[in-house]
Amino acid sequence: MIGKSGRARVGVDIGGTFTDFAIEIGGRRLSRKVLTTAAAPEKGVLEGLAALLEDAGLSVDDVGLIIHGTTLATNALIERKGARTAFVTTDGFRDIVESGFESRYEQYDLTIDLPKPLVPRRWRFSVPERIDSTGRIHRPLDTDAVKALVPQFEREGIEAVAIGFLHSYINSEHENAAHRILQDALPGLSYSLSSVVSPEMREYERFSTACANAYVQPRMATYLQALEVGLSAAGIDCPLLLMLSSGGLTTIETASRFPVRLVESGPAGGAIFSSHIARQCEYEKVLSFDMGGTTAKICLIDDFVPQTSRLFEVARVYRFRKGSGLPLRIPVIEMVEIGAGGGSIARVDSMNRITVGPDSAGSEPGPACYQRGGDQATVTDADLMLGRIDPEQFAGGKVPLDPAASGRALAANVGDALGSSDTLAAFGISEVVDENMANAARVHAIESGKDVTKRTLIAFGGAAPLHASRVAEKLNVSSFVVPTGAGVGSAVGFLQAPVAYEIVQSDHQRLQSFDLDRANGLLRQMTELARTVVEPAAFGSALEEKRMVFMRYVGQGHEISIPAPTGPILACDIELLRKSFEEEYGRLYSRTVPASDVEILTWVVKVTAGIADAQKSKVPAHEPYQPKPTGKRRIFDSDIGKVVSVPVFQRESLKPGATFSGPAIVVESETTTIVSDKFKVHVNNLGYLECTRHGAH
Amino acid sequence: MAHIEQDRPAPMSNPLSQIRMQIMWNRLIAIVEEQAQTLIRCSFSTTVREAGDLSAGIFDPQGRMLAQAVTGTPGHVNSMATGVLHFLDEYPIDTMSPGDSYLTNDPWLTSGHLHDITVVTPAFHRGKPVALFAATIHVVDIGGRGLGTDGRQVFEEGFSIPIMPLARKGTMNEDFLKILRANNREPVQVEGDLFSCAAASEDGCRRLVEMMEEFGLADLDDLGNHIIDTSRTAMLHAIEALPRGTFRNEITIDGYEAPVTVKAAMTISDSGIHVDYAGTSGPSQFAINVVLNYTAAYTCFGARCCIAPDVPNNYGSMSTITVSAPPDTILNVQRPAPVAARHIVGHITADAMIGCLHKAMAGGLQAESGGGWNPMMRGSGWFGNTSRIWENYLFYSGGMGARPNKDGLTTTQFPSGVRIIPIEAAEAITPLLFWRKELLPDSGGAGKYRGGLSQVLEIGSATDSPISVQAMFDRVEHPARGRNGGLPGKPGKLTRVKRNTLLTAKGQHQISSDDALRLELPGGGGIGSPLERRPEAVVEDVAEGYVTAQAACDIYGVVLNEDGTLDRTATAMLRSEMVKIGRDGPATA
Repeated sequence: MIGKSGRARVGVDIGGTFTDFAIEIGGRRLSRKVLTTAAAPEKGVLEGLAALLEDAGLSVDDVGLIIHGTTLATNALIERKGARTAFVTTDGFRDIVESGFESRYEQYDLTIDLPKPLVPRRWRFSVPERIDSTGRIHRPLDTDAVKALVPQFEREGIEAVAIGFLHSYINSEHENAAHRILQDALPGLSYSLSSVVSPEMREYERFSTACANAYVQPRMATYLQALEVGLSAAGIDCPLLLMLSSGGLTTIETASRFPVRLVESGPAGGAIFSSHIARQCEYEKVLSFDMGGTTAKICLIDDFVPQTSRLFEVARVYRFRKGSGLPLRIPVIEMVEIGAGGGSIARVDSMNRITVGPDSAGSEPGPACYQRGGDQATVTDADLMLGRIDPEQFAGGKVPLDPAASGRALAANVGDALGSSDTLAAFGISEVVDENMANAARVHAIESGKDVTKRTLIAFGGAAPLHASRVAEKLNVSSFVVPTGAGVGSAVGFLQAPVAYEIVQSDHQRLQSFDLDRANGLLRQMTELARTVVEPAAFGSALEEKRMVFMRYVGQGHEISIPAPTGPILACDIELLRKSFEEEYGRLYSRTVPASDVEILTWVVKVTAGIADAQKSKVPAHEPYQPKPTGKRRIFDSDIGKVVSVPVFQRESLKPGATFSGPAIVVESETTTIVSDKFKVHVNNLGYLECTRHGAH
Repeated sequence: MAHIEQDRPAPMSNPLSQIRMQIMWNRLIAIVEEQAQTLIRCSFSTTVREAGDLSAGIFDPQGRMLAQAVTGTPGHVNSMATGVLHFLDEYPIDTMSPGDSYLTNDPWLTSGHLHDITVVTPAFHRGKPVALFAATIHVVDIGGRGLGTDGRQVFEEGFSIPIMPLARKGTMNEDFLKILRANNREPVQVEGDLFSCAAASEDGCRRLVEMMEEFGLADLDDLGNHIIDTSRTAMLHAIEALPRGTFRNEITIDGYEAPVTVKAAMTISDSGIHVDYAGTSGPSQFAINVVLNYTAAYTCFGARCCIAPDVPNNYGSMSTITVSAPPDTILNVQRPAPVAARHIVGHITADAMIGCLHKAMAGGLQAESGGGWNPMMRGSGWFGNTSRIWENYLFYSGGMGARPNKDGLTTTQFPSGVRIIPIEAAEAITPLLFWRKELLPDSGGAGKYRGGLSQVLEIGSATDSPISVQAMFDRVEHPARGRNGGLPGKPGKLTRVKRNTLLTAKGQHQISSDDALRLELPGGGGIGSPLERRPEAVVEDVAEGYVTAQAACDIYGVVLNEDGTLDRTATAMLRSEMVKIGRDGPATA
């Protein structure tokens, strides 16, 4: 366990609307939400923290560690409120970041817009230099041309500089040289080198990442400094760690250098939350399902580790559509996010098909049943109409809901067009949003080369427990789990995150002509760098190292990841790597390709410290018992197309060991869990609802 | 469920079953998306894995397309849609077994040139064939002359595969693969791609069976009819909103030995849309000829973009648009005409449709686009410790036409849907060295809404060996036209950089190792008079270098101060002067 022992650990997640807090001390957990103070976010953090400590009856001295995640970097990219950024690149290539992939992300729509590059053309500069794909210098760097940029930067008031040359992932000499010249002349600017920020092949993604890093750097550095100062003024002197998009933690220093790696750290916290539950309960294969007001996020977790990716798209301009955002090549927790949440608006298209989302009624005006001026039918209205939500108990009874308003909106948006009753319209909406999420999960799994069935689905976020049962059925998943503390999942997740840093580097080697010295030299360097980043935040915890290689058949375009030995690679390991690759390939795609050589494209080193101890659920066992329902509610049963009466249980009265069969409804202040007749429920020792399909185990 | 209450009437079964149908339909689309993703992940050719030049779809046992993945290019998808019928003629579905796969690259049966291979795989459920999965991929080589414009007969253009088994009961047709390898410059990539196709289809079959189990389906008959009927009705509904009549449009492009005119007559009636290409130029002696299948594919795509972009592509939606072209035209060429570079003329049909519908639809439609230039690069020599011949098919985009209410998209493929191959990826697999890839100022046709900008590329050899390019480019003499007073985009141009020689836009050119090939791609057409463009937008274009200060003044009538800001007074004066003398077009010399 990291941080000062015996003291409280605090997770702080700054979101667009709310800043969430979770505090943990001696097995006790408290949470709180305050409004985000967008102009000076550190204010909200400090105020919320003070209020939280008061709630908990603690003083500033009791805080041993703060773990912080923020959407500030994401928002700066979405709202285009970053630094005045210049991009310096190879002569002849300054428009790579504007031309992008040159394709339309939506084939049939002639009105689409493409994402605008972060750096306008007038601030994209090029200098003579050229390195080829083997790292050989074809044209030396024109240092005078670099020097000539200085007065231009001054005149334009440039605050941040991204440097990206072709093939710099294999030879960064020119980027380094250009950086030195500019740094000497303009030491006050911040610099992002593509060979440091994202040393991987494919120029558009690498340049885009370097530009994004530069773009958010000054703002993030200012914020992080202000936060540090504010915390210390408030008398809080404990370490402060930042949540990365990869799910690891890092220091303020590293976060300030690579702020682009903080993008989407909130959702990453949610995935860590799921991973933690997986570890506690020993679920080896998990589908993390986080459904809130606006979007649903789906993440695959194997052996308690969320799936990671090296490519993320931020600031999508078109219905969450892949290809409509800016690509970032950074280590991220791999998630698919679709516009499917409680507030998603339902309509009928030209073929009388129900569509749901991706636009959301949000919290203002909100779903029609909120009675705050919203008149559009949303998923929440459908859930209310189907009897899944108790209008008097929503949000602990603080938000009274009006089913009549839902009925009107459902008829206007969907029912009238289909000639169906409000109930059937609501059922249709619910089915469509569930199918959308299930399909997103399925396609996401295949894109990742994984199977979605045989997983435990972990449902959190306000809307997920309402839909988990049906999504699990659609995915043919045999069990789903609803944990406690789901409302502030990300902030809780921060508390479980390991201190970790991952370095990814392209270096192409064929197994048939493998250069052991080159590989080992590269890995040594990567390990050293990763340890340098992790050590200051590990507070003496032991460091653990993992290595992966991304391999493919020579000539293929997509790689699969294979674990590599942590020590030096020996001659005999090469055959082992080939074997592991072929086994994995055969497992994923049913066939191997005969007589093809195998190559390694990319190397990954991840150094981790201090994984939080997971409370195991297995011991001690509780006696199973059958709880008594507190009432009944009428809900719509899709199988028989009728309204049926279903027993209701109160979550807080369910003790570990409680066992009952669906159909059932479990109510708590933050959400409601719907259990269909296909599932039976067992409350495990941590109070989580474990819902298992009849006949499965 | 327990606790059923008997006092309520059962809800209408019709809307409920309709919802079920919709869910299954969505699932079918998800299954073909998965199939396409598997194909992209496993494939070897850069054309498939980087550029996404592929398609995937599912068909009912009668060969009617039910769903397709939206990753593909329209040319593949729409021609695959009719191609599957030919497979069934050759191998009736009752003669197929689980584990079978069939393939062909016959241009007249599928997507118009030998480089596109279509693989069809039957799916079985409870011992019965219930569907067919099909995938079309553009392989990087097919032997022969290679991809280019210079063949005089299809026989010269490469290795032809009649409809035949790729696999029987799970065993690959090794005899066929042996002949394929012997006739190919990139045998490993191409054979690997066929394995990927088989894997992707097997994956699709598995998913389909799972879905049918889940929903308790014995066959896809009801679902198929629902999809086809619903889509057809939706298309007809959209067509109903259009005026009745025949709308004509004509586009002339460079062609090879002579300009090619595509003459389209679109007739909108209650029963759908019919497009006839009578009057279109005759076939070329060279490989820019188009089979009717491919003509229909892009015709259908162009029309559907404008009329009903949200209706999914399937037999039902496509059946509302029919296409004919006399057999003596370049758009319905007969065997054994050469067809390798059929995309040049074929792609124009999409713009031709937009032009027809521009006249029929209120508000108008986008101007003509510059299109894509896809250089086929080839060479031989030492690279990566081996000496070998290599080929690399690259995709680059000109500018798209302006839209009726906004500028055209810069350097974006249209009507094709492929992605570019990154320079670093291209250089890693072949000894090419790129020296320039940059936007071309003033290439977007001027207008109230500007056409999209095109780009300039300079490509050389990374070794001491020369490289060659199969040029199959157009719009060098006939630029993309604007609409409503908008000016045409800049025409394309290709040259040798050092020797500064002009090269023809069709045919093979050698580039010596000390020189480089320069490609200046065509820009998109503009919409509306340039004098109506907001002066602020012109100032912004000049600041960004999209438009030169000279063009701002001469064409847009916008005068800038020395610091780049707008000189409002001078601009107003210049513009009224230009309107007065009728010069709302470009300054003439």
